[in-house]
Amino acid sequence: MYKIAVMGDRDSILGFQALGLEVFPTEDLNEARRTLHRLAHSDYAVIYITEQLSRSLSADIARYQDAVTPAIILIPGKSGSLGLGSAALRSAVERAVGSDIL
Amino acid sequence: MASTTINPTRMELTRLKTRRKTAVRGHKLLKDKRDELMRQFMEIVQKNKELRSRVEQKLMEAHSAFTVASAVMSPEMLEQALSYPKQSVSLDMKFQNIMSVNVPQYTFHTKNDDPAEIFPYGFAQTSGELDDALEALSDVFQDMLELAQVEKTMQLLAQEIEKTRRRVNALEYVMIPEMETNIKYISMKLDENERSSTSRLMKVKDMMLEEQLQKAEQKRLAREAARKAAREAE
Repeated sequence: MYKIAVMGDRDSILGFQALGLEVFPTEDLNEARRTLHRLAHSDYAVIYITEQLSRSLSADIARYQDAVTPAIILIPGKSGSLGLGSAALRSAVERAVGSDIL
Repeated sequence: MASTTINPTRMELTRLKTRRKTAVRGHKLLKDKRDELMRQFMEIVQKNKELRSRVEQKLMEAHSAFTVASAVMSPEMLEQALSYPKQSVSLDMKFQNIMSVNVPQYTFHTKNDDPAEIFPYGFAQTSGELDDALEALSDVFQDMLELAQVEKTMQLLAQEIEKTRRRVNALEYVMIPEMETNIKYISMKLDENERSSTSRLMKVKDMMLEEQLQKAEQKRLAREAARKAAREAE
């Protein structure tokens, strides 16, 4: 059995707690990085991260890109989408095709 | 091109020829694999694009509903209302094989089946806006899970395509041409050797013929001299 985690600033992710997901509210960068690696190495199969937080964790997130677990998925925080999720999609296409065809 | 020294022998030639055959076959197979992966990948990319825009839009709606809820409720109340969830979600992961790439498939289980379980608070002290916000959020969750699955699949496929593409190119532009030049080199060298041994044989034959001719000539001369001597003696 795997679990689902949500990381981000408190206001953006509080609602997920009621749905039964496990939320890890954090604003501190170092703490977020530690939490991310800890979650990735325990049995969390999906980790949702707000785009706002992911911006400063991109190197750490890239580390898990080729691993089967966890799937780290960017979601927009409460202040809106930064377009990072679509950028990740575009970079995956670029990686596979060799050029950005979208 | 022949960077390493190769022995121009028949055995090496046969070995190289079988290797080239394998390489050409492997190249064809890998190319087919790449094409099929690419087709699947493009489908998934389209799906991912749609899902992402839908999830982002729905999430923004949920976020704005939350903002409204937090405007009518005090932050402490809001926090308290959401702190003790009644619902819990666990995830089941299976693997699907797409062209020998294992991609995850998620199915989630909720502890309680009652859809009302997402409201972990008494309705008396909370506002109706919070209910709306949570409902919007639970609505988007199914899509979010699918997005996770599709996005991970896309990343894994992208990685595999990159790897396959490199292999195809390495075979096509490096390995196979190198083997062909080596094969050409060996066969030329072997032909050359053969020609040189033929000409050597011809030369030897010539020399032997000449020797025999000389011997015959000497014998003839000796015979004539003997005959002359005999005639003089008479």
